[in-house]
Amino acid sequence: MTRLEMTRRTALLTSAAIAANVANPLRAFAQETPRKGGVFNVHYGAEQRQLNPSIQASTGVYIIGGKIQEALVDLDANGQPVGVLAESWESTPDGKTITFKLRKGVTWHDGKPFTSADVQFTAMNMWKKILNYGSTLQLFLTAVETPDAQTAIFKYERPMPLGLLLRALPDLGYISAKHLYESSSDIRQNPTNLAPVGTGPFKFVKYERGQYIIAERNENYWRPNAPYLDRIVWKVVTDRAAAAAQMEAGDIQYSPFTGLTISDTARLSKDKRFIVSTKGNEGNARTNTIEFNFRRKELADIRVRRAIAHAINVPFFIENFLGDFAKLGTGPIPSVSTDFYPGPDTPQYPYDKKKAIALLDEAGFKPGAGGTRFSLRLLPAPWGEDISLWATFIQQSLGEVGIPVEIVRNDGGGFLKQVYDDHAFDLSTGWHQYRNDPAVSTTVWYRSGQPKGAPWTNQWDWKNEAIDKVIDDAATEIDPVKRKALYATFVKEANTELPVWMPIEQIFVTVINAKARNHSNTPRWGSSSWHDLWLSA
Amino acid sequence: MRILSLAGRRLAASIPTLFLILIGVFLLLQFAPGDTVDAMMAQMGGGDAATARELRKFYGLDLSIPMQLGNYLWRLIRLDLGFSSIYGKPVATVILERLPPTILLMTASLSFAFFFGLLLGVIAARGVNKWPDTLISTLGLVFYATPSFWFGLMAIVVFSIYLQWLPAGGFEDIGAAQTGFGRTIDIALHLILPTLTLGLIFLAIYLRIMRASMLEVLNLDFVRTARAKGLDETRVVVKHVLRNALLPMVTLIGLQAGTMLGGSVVVESVFSLPGLGRLAYESVVQRDLNTLLGIVFVSALLVILVNFLVDLLYARLDPRIQAEA
Repeated sequence: MTRLEMTRRTALLTSAAIAANVANPLRAFAQETPRKGGVFNVHYGAEQRQLNPSIQASTGVYIIGGKIQEALVDLDANGQPVGVLAESWESTPDGKTITFKLRKGVTWHDGKPFTSADVQFTAMNMWKKILNYGSTLQLFLTAVETPDAQTAIFKYERPMPLGLLLRALPDLGYISAKHLYESSSDIRQNPTNLAPVGTGPFKFVKYERGQYIIAERNENYWRPNAPYLDRIVWKVVTDRAAAAAQMEAGDIQYSPFTGLTISDTARLSKDKRFIVSTKGNEGNARTNTIEFNFRRKELADIRVRRAIAHAINVPFFIENFLGDFAKLGTGPIPSVSTDFYPGPDTPQYPYDKKKAIALLDEAGFKPGAGGTRFSLRLLPAPWGEDISLWATFIQQSLGEVGIPVEIVRNDGGGFLKQVYDDHAFDLSTGWHQYRNDPAVSTTVWYRSGQPKGAPWTNQWDWKNEAIDKVIDDAATEIDPVKRKALYATFVKEANTELPVWMPIEQIFVTVINAKARNHSNTPRWGSSSWHDLWLSA
Repeated sequence: MRILSLAGRRLAASIPTLFLILIGVFLLLQFAPGDTVDAMMAQMGGGDAATARELRKFYGLDLSIPMQLGNYLWRLIRLDLGFSSIYGKPVATVILERLPPTILLMTASLSFAFFFGLLLGVIAARGVNKWPDTLISTLGLVFYATPSFWFGLMAIVVFSIYLQWLPAGGFEDIGAAQTGFGRTIDIALHLILPTLTLGLIFLAIYLRIMRASMLEVLNLDFVRTARAKGLDETRVVVKHVLRNALLPMVTLIGLQAGTMLGGSVVVESVFSLPGLGRLAYESVVQRDLNTLLGIVFVSALLVILVNFLVDLLYARLDPRIQAEA
C-alpha cells in the first residue's frame, strides 16, 4: 500500500507541475538569433551492439546514428514526409514503381560523393535483408534501378502504397555508404557499424564502450549554416537516478525517450532549468497491451476476454499512476496518428464490474471454492515502470472478479522467449510500438501465420480470416482514402474480437535543459538529425 | 624459488575449481529463458523470424548445448576466451579494456577501508566503552547498514550538485583531452566518490574486526610483559599488539577481494564507471555467454592471485606460519 500511495502522490505532483509545460513546451523564443557553438550532452541509457540505422531500427540507434547518417525522407513539424537525401518522389499509377530524385552535391564524411548507387546498395543489401521491419516492408522489392547518379527507381512485385513507404522511410530509410560496405563479407560485422560514416550534420569522432560517444560538426554539411552545435557527446549512464543527478549537475542536457524514473521526471518538471514534455515524440507512440493466449480454453471464449476488459478501471489507473503522459486508448491505431485514426466509435470496453461478472457467469465460469473462477499467469515485459504498475493493477482488478493472477517477471530476453516462442503465458502485457503507419509494426499483432518466435506478433493461436484479408488488402492499397477506410474496418474488427486489448496510449517523455532551442520541433525529434538545434548562452 | 613452487602448487590446485565454476555458470545460464538473439530483439524493439534464424546461426546458437559447451572448453584450453556477441570483438580485448577502472576502484577502496578501518579500530580499542569507541562503533554500524547505491546518490547530490566540488560520474573528463599528470589528477577526482561509497561498507567491517582483535591481543600475557619492561604505550601498541592483531584483517582482505568485484556493479552503475561489474551485468541481461564466462574466469584468477599474496603476507607478519609451510 505504501508503494501505491507514493506512486499516486508523485503522479499527482507530476500532473500539476507539468500542466504549464505541456501547454507551451517550447516557450517560443522566436526573437532570439541562433548561436553557433556549444556541446550538447545526451543521456544514453542502453548501449546497442552497433550504431548504423540502416541495419537496426530502434530509438537506441537513431539517437546517435540519426545525427551521423541521413534517411531519404524525414517528417516535418506537421508529421508530413519531407525530403532529406531525396528531393522529390513519384509513384506510377499501378504502385509498382516508385522513383526518387536524390539531392545533388551531398558528400559522405570521408569526401566521396553520395549517389544513387548508395541507395541501391543499402536498399537491396541492408533494408531488404537485415533491417528489422525493413525486411517485411521491402519483402516485394525486386530491384532498385539507377539510370543516373541522382535517380533511384524502386521496383515492386506488388503495389507499394506511396504513403506507406514515405511514412516508413524516416525510420526505415537510412542510407549507408556503398564504398565502405561493398567489399565486406558480412555487413553485420563491418567495423563501420561502430564508427559510422554518413552525410549528416555531425561526424563520428570516438566511441569509448561503456563511457561515451562523441560526434563533431560536419563543416561540409549540405544545409547552409548548419549545424549550430560544435559537438554532441552521448554519455552512457545506466542508472536512471544517477542520470537525473547528472542533469542537475549540468553534465547532461537531454534525457530522451522516458529515460528517467517517474519520480525524478516529476521533480525536474517543477525545476525551471528543465523542460519536461511529450512534444517531439508523437512519432514514437505506443500502447499498453493485454495479450490473451487462446491456448487457454477460458481465454478463447470471447465473453471472458471482454469480461477481463470490463473488470479493469483504466481511467482510474491512468489518473493515479501515469498522470498527464498517458491517455485512454481506443484500439491498435493511436489518436496521434491523424492519417489513420478511425475515431473512438469502435467497440470499447468501459469499466463495468457488474457486466464483467455477468459475462463470466454467462460463459460458465462460476466462482468455485473461495470465490475463484480460474487463475491466470501474467507475464509483464520489463521495458518500463508503467508496465510493472499496470501488471499489478490488472492483478488486483481481476482478483476482485474471482480471477487470481500470478505475475511472472523476466528480463528482456526471457520475456520474449517465454511469450513469443514458448507461448508459456496466459496473459502478457507490454508495449505495442506504433510506427506512423499500421502496416509497419501494428498489423503483425493480428495477422495470422506469423512464424513462431517472432517477437511482437500474433502468437496467440488466434486466426480471423476477415481480419487477415483486411490487413492484406490495406498493405497493397494505393488509394490513401481507401486505405484509411480499410484500417478503420481493421480497428473495428480487432476491437470486436479482442485478441489483444490496447487500452492505454502513451508517448515518450523528454527531459531537456531549458537552454536548448529548436528542440522537439518534429514528431520524431529525438531520432532526427538536430541540424537546427542550438544552445542559448 | 620457494615462492614460485608455492605459486605453482596454488595454481594447479585451483584449475579444477576454475573449470567447475565455468561449467556451472554455463549450465546455469542455459536455464535462463532466452538467448542473446532474444535479448538483441528486445533491444531493437522488433524483428522478423528470418532475421532471428540468421542471427542464431551467426552466433553459433543453432548447435546443441553439449556441443556449445565442448566448443567453449576446447577454446579455453587454447587460451581463447571467444568472441563477444554484444561487443563484436574478442572477449579478452573487451575485458582488458574494462579491467583498469575495476582494479583502480578495487585497490583504492580496499586500501581506504583497510587503512581507516585499522586506524579507527585501534582508536576504538584504546578507548573501549568510552565516547570515541561509542562514536566509532555507531558510525561503523550506520555505514554497514546503509545501501551503497543510496550512499552514492547522496554523495552526488551533496558534492556534485550542491557543492559542485567533484564530478557526478564518469571515469574522466571527456571535454578536455588530457595527458600525463593532468589526466591522472582528473581520473583521481572522478574516483573519489566511488571509492568512498564502495569503501565505507568495508570500512565498517574492518574496524569491527580490528577493534575486537586488538582487545583480544591487549589482554595477552606478552603485552603485560612488555608493559612491565617499561615500554611506553605507543611502542607496546605499534610494535607488539598491532602486528599480532593484523592477522584476521589480512585474512579478510583475501575473502573480500571477490566480494568487491561483485559489489562494484551498483557503484559502477551509479557513477557510470566502465568496470567489470557493469560488464558482467550487461552480459547476463544480453545473454552474452562468452563475455560472462570470460569475466568469471578473470575474476577467479584475480581472487586466486589476491589470496596468494595474502598467504605471503601471513608469513611476513607471523614467522611461525612460514616455518610450518
